Amino acid sequence: MKYLRNPLVLSGMVIGAIAIALQRLGNPPNMGICVACMIRDISGALGLHRATTVQYIRPEIIGLVLGSTLSAAANREFHARGGSAPLVRFFLGFFAMVGALVFLGCPWRAILRLAGGDANAIIGLAGLAFGIWVGVGFLKAGYTLGRSHWNEQGSGLVMPLLMVVLLLLALFTPQMGIADGARTGPVFVSLKGPGSQHAPLVASLVGGLIVGVLAQRTRFCTVGALRDLMLIRDFHLFSGIVAFFSTALFLNLVLGQFRWGFAGQPIAHSSHLWNFAGMALAGLAFTLAGGCPGRQLIMSGEGDADAGVFVLGMLVGAGFSHNMSMAASPAGPGAFSQVGVLVGLAFCLALGYCMRRTDLGVN
Amino acid sequence: MRKLDARGLSCPQPVILAKRAMEQFRDEGVEVWVDTGVARDNVERLARMRGFTVSVRTDGNAFILSVKPEE
Repeated sequence: MKYLRNPLVLSGMVIGAIAIALQRLGNPPNMGICVACMIRDISGALGLHRATTVQYIRPEIIGLVLGSTLSAAANREFHARGGSAPLVRFFLGFFAMVGALVFLGCPWRAILRLAGGDANAIIGLAGLAFGIWVGVGFLKAGYTLGRSHWNEQGSGLVMPLLMVVLLLLALFTPQMGIADGARTGPVFVSLKGPGSQHAPLVASLVGGLIVGVLAQRTRFCTVGALRDLMLIRDFHLFSGIVAFFSTALFLNLVLGQFRWGFAGQPIAHSSHLWNFAGMALAGLAFTLAGGCPGRQLIMSGEGDADAGVFVLGMLVGAGFSHNMSMAASPAGPGAFSQVGVLVGLAFCLALGYCMRRTDLGVN
Repeated sequence: MRKLDARGLSCPQPVILAKRAMEQFRDEGVEVWVDTGVARDNVERLARMRGFTVSVRTDGNAFILSVKPEE
């Protein structure tokens, strides 16, 4: 029972329970919370891509960032900062999204997919671990994007304010485009497919807020969990994702939602090579940027402009992924998934190799 | 005591640098400067795991962790 006194374990359990609750309330299967999928849906809702089945302003993302902002402000941890290779971070976010959308999920969804019995997630998680392992190698060799610096506090409010604008767009869904002389989106809202499956707005927003507060307090990070295990044999963060997985698995079993196997899994495909390679790219990009996509959202809410740029890179990357057929679908990888993953890997490997410094140690 | 300035560095670089410094200057101790609560918590946890004593003070935006070998 001593594990229950660990705030990370408790938070992991609550986050797992919220994810399953959001699925019961209408979110797509094994997608109670998926940072990559949800940012991709927002990208579509804003017209950055035209995949009509994945367009919806997901309030969970808004809640995550605003929950983090509120929690950070209440605990005097809201600090505007930035300036550590922002353009590089933009493209790390971009390619992390390309990789995640080849697998069809971020690390959080990979864990939720496994908890729902989707065996393809094992391949994806193996790829994620491999990507993180490569990133850890670069970190050990002195990889760095350089220092960030503190800014005026107001500059840290850009991402939270962007989330408020997104919330207004979600609430009023204005038709701001014109096609064939008639009003149309953006804002687009899917009428069929995963984008049309969602919990009520208030439930999604509140769920996201709670997860945002908990993740801000506990530093919950899926990529950091594996990274710290490899780097310093530290199980601290790992305990959080074990609790997250166990709770989701338990609830899926209780609710009769657990179905083991590779074939016919919801919003998933069984191209093992590209599931592995996609998540390897995502894992490497997340490691080089300093944390998983959920963690990047949380940091962007704490005033970290570099994390905010990474999130915007994910948003734009999702648009390009769909526009250029790099995103996979349940039918398998897209026409250009392989190209996208290979270009992304080349970018990240070159970056990891080039951005090394040895003068940052003790002086 | 040696000084390690890890301010402004992304996760997990403060931890990597601190780990290296703790191994290199085990007997002397190290003063680690960081500027986020996450880095402070991570370096403190690492130091305690490795059997060091840690005291934390603040200086403006910075957290300064004095990492010393156990008496």
